[in-house]
Amino acid sequence: MTAKARPGKTTADEDGASRRDFLILATGAVGGAGAVLSVWPFIHSMNPSADVLALSSTELDISPIEEGQAITIQWRGKPVFVRHRTAAEITAAQDVDVADLRDPESDQKRAEKPEWLILVGVCTHLGCIPLGQKQGDPRGDWNGWFCPCHGSHYDSSGRIRKGPAPKNLEVPPYVFIDDTTVRIG
Amino acid sequence: MRKVTLLLVIAIGFGLLSGGPRPAIAAGGAEYEHQEWTFNGIFGRFDRAALRRGHQVYREVCSACHGLKRIAYRNLMDIGFSEEEAKEIAAEATVTDGPNDEGEMFDRSGKLSDRFVSPFPNDQAARYSNNGALPPDLSLIVKARKGGADYLYSLMTGYADEAPEGMEMMDGMSYNRAFPGHQIAMPQPLYEDLIEYEDGTPASVEQQAKDVTTFLAWAAEPELEARKSLGLKVLLFMILLTAMLYAVKRRVWSKLH
Amino acid sequence: MISPDKGIGKWIEDRLPIFEFAKHSLVDYPTPRNLNYWWNFGSLAGITLVIMIVTGIVLAMQYTPHVDYAFDSVERVMRDVNYGWLLRYLHMNGATMFFIVVYIHIFRGLYYGSYKSPRELLWWLGVVILLLMMATAFMGYVLPWGQMSFWATTVITNLFSAVPLVGESIVTWLWGGFAVGNPTLNRFYALHYLLPFVIVGVVILHIWALHTVKSNNPLGIDMKGPQDSIPFHPYYTAKDYFGLGVFLIAYMAIVFFAPNFFGEPDNYIPANPMATPPHIVPEWYFLPYYAILRAIPDKLGGVIAMFGSLLILFVLPWLDRSKVRSARFRPIYKQFFWLFLVDCIVLGWVGANPPEGKFVLIGQVATAYYFSHFLIILPLLGLVEKTKPLPESIAAAVTTTGPPKD
Repeated sequence: MTAKARPGKTTADEDGASRRDFLILATGAVGGAGAVLSVWPFIHSMNPSADVLALSSTELDISPIEEGQAITIQWRGKPVFVRHRTAAEITAAQDVDVADLRDPESDQKRAEKPEWLILVGVCTHLGCIPLGQKQGDPRGDWNGWFCPCHGSHYDSSGRIRKGPAPKNLEVPPYVFIDDTTVRIG
Repeated sequence: MRKVTLLLVIAIGFGLLSGGPRPAIAAGGAEYEHQEWTFNGIFGRFDRAALRRGHQVYREVCSACHGLKRIAYRNLMDIGFSEEEAKEIAAEATVTDGPNDEGEMFDRSGKLSDRFVSPFPNDQAARYSNNGALPPDLSLIVKARKGGADYLYSLMTGYADEAPEGMEMMDGMSYNRAFPGHQIAMPQPLYEDLIEYEDGTPASVEQQAKDVTTFLAWAAEPELEARKSLGLKVLLFMILLTAMLYAVKRRVWSKLH
Repeated sequence: MISPDKGIGKWIEDRLPIFEFAKHSLVDYPTPRNLNYWWNFGSLAGITLVIMIVTGIVLAMQYTPHVDYAFDSVERVMRDVNYGWLLRYLHMNGATMFFIVVYIHIFRGLYYGSYKSPRELLWWLGVVILLLMMATAFMGYVLPWGQMSFWATTVITNLFSAVPLVGESIVTWLWGGFAVGNPTLNRFYALHYLLPFVIVGVVILHIWALHTVKSNNPLGIDMKGPQDSIPFHPYYTAKDYFGLGVFLIAYMAIVFFAPNFFGEPDNYIPANPMATPPHIVPEWYFLPYYAILRAIPDKLGGVIAMFGSLLILFVLPWLDRSKVRSARFRPIYKQFFWLFLVDCIVLGWVGANPPEGKFVLIGQVATAYYFSHFLIILPLLGLVEKTKPLPESIAAAVTTTGPPKD
């Protein structure tokens, strides 16, 4: 009954064996592919959902912000710094030799309109929120922002100048819809 | 093997009956007829033109009393509205937002990310304006009633001017042959040529009922098309894999017999 | 491949003989050579449990257990979460599939006498799993906070008010208030997340007991030697994979093409504590018990009968006195088995209908028959039934009569 090895049937058995191996391999491959594909819905369900993505842009009226003032708004769950820069701050930011910077970027590239600097207020080191928005906050050695967690200094263009952070503060995508309204995201 | 075949037949049978074999008689002796819907069956799709007309019916007729709060204006882009059109429709709505920096709530026009604004701020206000009856939100109405789309269509077309002989109607109620109990608080909503369709389709009561039902069926199951098309692929794959697994099982067991 | 004979594999094996364990219980495990397809449903139940846990965990990441947000959060899953509708329909219909599989598994056990010595503890653990499943399914049904969710909770928790003296206090305690409300929803959610893992624990004990006493088989006679058994792998792994494929075809057909077939439209209406739907019914897998509850005109009596209909399964191994396990050799029991199955279906049908007119009487007769099957018919059959002669051995039966028929 069980796997009887009959004389004269060896070739058939060998044929059978190789056919079975191929069949099992192919079935395993198809089944494995199916199993791998079926994991995707589970993983993708944890990505941002349609309602979260729909809220990914926000409009802001910037007319009430006086020169030298800064406000913080929330965008995609993170703080965004909007600073109305003074002429001195703009000059300081533009008069820097870009080649000397850790993350070389010119101020002109970072601020579409020089008087308005818009930044994601999250330190590029480990995600703390740098100080420097409020009157009386420490603003670091370059008159920008200072991260209290591990002592990163950012200049008045939000570029990293000293401390452990590897990159400049991120500039979010934004457009000026008119002179007083900006859409972030 | 007979059993396995039977299971397969049952499985495929389920697929073919995907409209859901529901009884033709709803509770309370109410009746509704089966209609042909493009979204029934395993290849079911919503008719885009009907969705558009149905949205118009909802907007010009139903939305005076009924909300659709689980649908966002951005969802209109899924059924063939352009971004501009969807934005325009959203902008016509007034959304209460806030509080602003002074702590006050303020009104603004709707955005794509907003959900359809309901006609009443809460259930109490809705009842107060409707003689004590609550017009239900329509987002899930097709899923939440026995008979689904068939029932809704029958309800829309089931009004009669006079109740049958011998039936006492309460004040302010209308006779409807599809509604359980036949007395419904909602007055007949659809009339011949009540609206003028943007695409010029003659607006008979049946046409409007069919269109708005299609639109609400989409509102209840916006995933339907994605579900059915993925389902076909999954089932074809599973049938192939199962056939291979059967061959493997036969090969493995052939050593024993 | 990691091998237990060398390298890392050997290092692990010397400290924790996990390869030996896996080989012993998944590969070499000697299984009767004559198991038919009804024996597929145990492994199917295990796989369904895993599917339920995995879909449940990702759904829990999106769900909000609060009376004001529960319904909306489920609708958000259906509409906005990527593949949320798929995960939710898999979970929702997974419960249905789980009960179908487990009920078939139980009736297979009843037909072939799998509860008899030495498998009493194995059977007991199975009944415990069924009870835990029912509790889990009930609490899960509450979470979407639709009309059926709310009123099912109200009705079922009110069963406990039938307990003399402390009934009302027990119900208030279950609710955490004076009506079903937010505290109730929160605790049900906590328990709905916990209980499946308790089920996993009992399933492990169930399999442990199974591997100790070995599988029963369609002949109901013990394996007497190596000629009666085959290794689990590759024979039953191949057979189980095929069974899984067929199962998934049925499951996916429902999920993708008739996902609300087993559901109630009323549960797509948000819970309203001020209005009960005109016709409330439990999920289909509870219908027979619901019929038994309503068959007894006394409140406490009905509750006792309902729980009794499940607890009686614990004493089944001692109610059935017959020495022969398989119904194949018990001509009279075989008839009564089918009658009992029909009785359970009738109870389910009665449970789905309003308790009026003919359904009252049919429900009472079917309930009476349900209990007499266990309390009168089975003990009597043990005394009077003339059983057919049992085959010498599994191997002998297989070789003389060909492959098993049923």
